[in-house]
Amino acid sequence: MSIIQPGFSQNPAESSANLRPALGLALVMLAICGGIYSAAVTAISGALFPQQANGSLISQNGKLVGSALVAQPFSAEHYFHGRPSSVGTDPMATGGSNLAPSNPQLRQRVAQTSAELTARYQVAATDLPVDLLASSGSGVDPHISPTAAMLQLQRVAAARGISPAQLEQLVQQHTELAQWGLFGQSRVNVLLLNLALDAQHPLP
Amino acid sequence: MEVILIFTLALLLAWPLGHYMTGVFSAGPHWSDKVFMPLENGIFKLLGVTPTQGMNWKSYGIAFLISNLVLGIIAYLILLFQHVLPLNPNGIEGLSWDLALHTAVSFLTNTNQQHYSGQAQLTYLSQGFLIVTLQFVTPAMALAVCVAILRGILGGRNADDAAEGEERDLGNYYQDTVRAVLRLMLPLAAVVAVALSSQGVPASYSASPTVPVLEQGQSLSEQSLSEQTIPLGPVSAMVAIKQLGTNGGGWFGPNSSNPQENPTPVSNAIQTIALVLVPMAVVFMAGGMVRRRGFTLLSLSVMAFLSLLFIALAVYSEQQPNAAFTGLAQQAGNMEGKEVRFGTDVSALWATFTTQTSNGSVNAMHDSLNPLAGLVTRSGMLINGIWGGIGCGFVNFLVYVWLAVFIAGLMIGRTPEFFGRKLEKREISWLGVLLVLPSAVILTFTAITVAFPSLTGNSNPGLHGIAQVFYEYTSAFANNGSGFEGLGDNTPWWNLTCVVVLILGRYLPLVIPLLIAGSLAKKRRVPTTAGTLPLFNPTFAVTLVTVILVVNFLSFLPSMVLGPIGEALELSQQSAVVAGQ
Repeated sequence: MSIIQPGFSQNPAESSANLRPALGLALVMLAICGGIYSAAVTAISGALFPQQANGSLISQNGKLVGSALVAQPFSAEHYFHGRPSSVGTDPMATGGSNLAPSNPQLRQRVAQTSAELTARYQVAATDLPVDLLASSGSGVDPHISPTAAMLQLQRVAAARGISPAQLEQLVQQHTELAQWGLFGQSRVNVLLLNLALDAQHPLP
Repeated sequence: MEVILIFTLALLLAWPLGHYMTGVFSAGPHWSDKVFMPLENGIFKLLGVTPTQGMNWKSYGIAFLISNLVLGIIAYLILLFQHVLPLNPNGIEGLSWDLALHTAVSFLTNTNQQHYSGQAQLTYLSQGFLIVTLQFVTPAMALAVCVAILRGILGGRNADDAAEGEERDLGNYYQDTVRAVLRLMLPLAAVVAVALSSQGVPASYSASPTVPVLEQGQSLSEQSLSEQTIPLGPVSAMVAIKQLGTNGGGWFGPNSSNPQENPTPVSNAIQTIALVLVPMAVVFMAGGMVRRRGFTLLSLSVMAFLSLLFIALAVYSEQQPNAAFTGLAQQAGNMEGKEVRFGTDVSALWATFTTQTSNGSVNAMHDSLNPLAGLVTRSGMLINGIWGGIGCGFVNFLVYVWLAVFIAGLMIGRTPEFFGRKLEKREISWLGVLLVLPSAVILTFTAITVAFPSLTGNSNPGLHGIAQVFYEYTSAFANNGSGFEGLGDNTPWWNLTCVVVLILGRYLPLVIPLLIAGSLAKKRRVPTTAGTLPLFNPTFAVTLVTVILVVNFLSFLPSMVLGPIGEALELSQQSAVVAGQ
């Protein structure tokens, strides 16, 4: 390949002359970005934020009981329930339903959940909070909306044999408001709420 | 509110960053020399390059292409033989040759389209070393090309003493690339990674713990499990650069909707800002490089206008109920595929930004967006120049500017000029190639794939099925990488056709403008007169917006009608039926 040589540059532009810099660039970058950067950043983060950098794990009496970031499946009457998951709440295989609004499968699934929830809570379908019917993007969304928690109040209180007012206080304690007063939605972490429930109002 | 706050914060941070980048890429000393010069000089010695030696557009382009080719071959070999290479404690198999090729090209072109499934198919070497490296280097390479083109606008670094027609010095490719990595991407990524870890993104080499779930012995649900494995890894290091480098390929399958990849609303704000930060900063840098504040003002106002317009549409779209929920739940926003801690607004903001910037990461599932937001995401990718990918986005924008200059020139009957240099037949012909390229490539491949249903592998029937195919090729050509995840796309057909689309969509839109800039730089400067088309005023800005919208409207209206628009009509018909029952 013949290239016009510009007057200001003695740098030959032939392919062969570019091989060494190209190969060198690739290898140097592999070492700096792939090696040094990843290791340094991971070490610094782990040293500064040991709890957060290691999965935000929760232990009780020296035993791991879960991660504050990962939803667990709940279906018993005496627990609050989380959002529907398309992946069986498995943090190793996270994902959403990927169903389009036009997909009949989605309508079918929502209709089934809607029927179950209206039967369980004795409310009109149009009063059901959307987050209890819509599957999350990750399949392990740890939160529900405060409305979704309030809907479950009577059921859980009855199963635990406590007054709904007592329980409402606990739910309110576990309602996280917008972070720094600016970012995000009000929400309730289902696992943390259920853990507190077990600690304060153990099953009879 | 939150949406406007995040947008404003990003702009406020991009301003000083763009100023810093102007200093880094301008000739002459800069304060950052003191910090980085020794390391850089060591690297240049190793590479055998003299960083001060200039290159003309051809040498620059060839260096860019060859370094990509070499990096691509290394990436392909590592992926193909990952099962026999070190750092594979989980005994992960090698990738098939077509999947390895697709993955290598996808990350080499700064696209991060993933046809493999999550982290399960890649070893620590492939994920932690190779992909992280590509996520740093590929945006730096495109930024280098962008910087060279901007130097060409003023006639190159030797503009003052070069004669008309003489080759121009557009800078040194290796110096620009190394500087972009060391002085820009690495420091930014380190800060963002540590900030993300403070919010709960894992940063750990420990083994993933297994935890029994609280409620044992559930028999009601067939899907329930009795214990969970909480995945760990050096996640924050990768997430930081995938956001900052307009990359998009995340650690976990569902990307930043995963609570471990994006745990809190604050981490979400950080990641959203990181997503647009450098593309916005390039706009500030561009005005500095060509020494015209007006150029930044023009680019910024046009991009911000289009960006906000699409954000508003997407936010409105997701505040509307999902049609499948009509009558079955409260009338509230579309939460299918979204997370409670974010809600619909910032999910729509992310969806708009990620497709405008060629990033492609997601914090909500795009397959489940309402049709209007689906239209917005596709429009962002097709225009591909509102902020755009690092480097390449601004280059695409520049192409629209040249087109608008040409069209405006025709309208007022003058030879179109840009910065005092005439756009003539040679430049206009190449602009024509760039103009038809996206529709030619995307529509041809979509048509072939849809014509043979056995090739598609759709998860959704009807019009949404066509939309999925169109989205995949659009995302590949725009080097975006987001996808409608329901597509069964790990087949030789999908892998190989996407490789072709990825390469065409990456290299032609970078090299052709480099050629045009090189050719413009050599021309004689015509003095500014009263008859010169003024670029930096509202009239030209409106012309530019019109050109951007009309060009894309003409190219892609039919496919939009078949996709999201048709789907929206179908849905409104269905809801009318439901409501009438």
